[in-house]
Amino acid sequence: MTPADAPRDLTAARPTASVTELFLSFGMIGLLGFGGVGPWVRWLLVERKGWYSEEEFLSTFALANFIPGGNVVALATVAGSRLRGWSGSLAAVAGLCLPPGILVCGVGSLYLRYSETEIAQNMLGAMAAAGAGLIIGLAVKLVKPMRGSVRGLGMTAAVFGAAFLLHLPLTTILVVLAPVSLALALGMRS
Amino acid sequence: MGEDPVSLLVLKVAMLACVAVGGYITTVGDLQRFVVVEHGWLTAEMFVTLFAVAQAAPGPNFLVVTLLGWTLGGALGAFLVTCAAILPTTLMAYFLAEPWERYREARWRMVVARTIAPIAVGMMLATGAILTQSAWADDWRRLAITFATAIFFIFTRYNPLVPLAFAAILGALALV
Repeated sequence: MTPADAPRDLTAARPTASVTELFLSFGMIGLLGFGGVGPWVRWLLVERKGWYSEEEFLSTFALANFIPGGNVVALATVAGSRLRGWSGSLAAVAGLCLPPGILVCGVGSLYLRYSETEIAQNMLGAMAAAGAGLIIGLAVKLVKPMRGSVRGLGMTAAVFGAAFLLHLPLTTILVVLAPVSLALALGMRS
Repeated sequence: MGEDPVSLLVLKVAMLACVAVGGYITTVGDLQRFVVVEHGWLTAEMFVTLFAVAQAAPGPNFLVVTLLGWTLGGALGAFLVTCAAILPTTLMAYFLAEPWERYREARWRMVVARTIAPIAVGMMLATGAILTQSAWADDWRRLAITFATAIFFIFTRYNPLVPLAFAAILGALALV
């Protein structure tokens, strides 16, 4: 930020970052984040760079969780925009996705090349089973905060049944069940 | 080019990204049905394997769509499908960030969170169940790996790469 810009900025203490710094920072956590980047984003923004206070991060994280799509993509967008405007968003999201995207395509190519060999088939079959287990584990972890809420659990079960047993697509489920979920949420005492 | 897999996949992914409350992972079940059942571009086993490759590699976990784009349409396919996944989220985040901060004390924020949580978790469970079915292949040892991994993930705080690597080693030794 140039000094000439400073008077327009009402929250003068706000940190800024260059496009390059944003790209490299998010590129680094994109490559570090095995099994998900979420925890690393917090580490980068709050602990390593001090761009966000703990409280600011929690608030932004809540926003990122309700925007459709990946919460890390949303977090990178919001953080980039806060630190450098729209070009900052672009740099952060590109950094987050580009290096790991190239890497995953490389690994995928290796798989496609050797997929006929027995050892690759066995390895990847086993990893696929483990990958499914990770999703189930993550979902179970997310059920935990709702365990006291009959409405939350009932709603979760209804969505699961609609998607898995009735094979309904996500859009149909949203149109039918989101209003019900909203009504239940409105009825809850905080 | 109505039958071009890449353009169809781009459209599907962009649509799913717009409604993927709770993260891209909730749409993998839908994506699997689209790619495997409706269009037959990949077998169910190959889909779940690509998913596992994407999970095992570092990076955001929606990279499974990048890999699908790569498999069906090379570098251009990977790029377009990735953009289709990212763009709706990025645009929404960009324009919602400011109003979100302005109303930080409002009650509707909690109502929104409580509305979305069960839908997101229910969809994720369904995705897990669909992937388990695909990975199972009538082999009880695969099912055992799925459950062991889920238990591991629920009760420990280790890196998820640990069970994936363990499964890969068991597989390489032809034990599963």
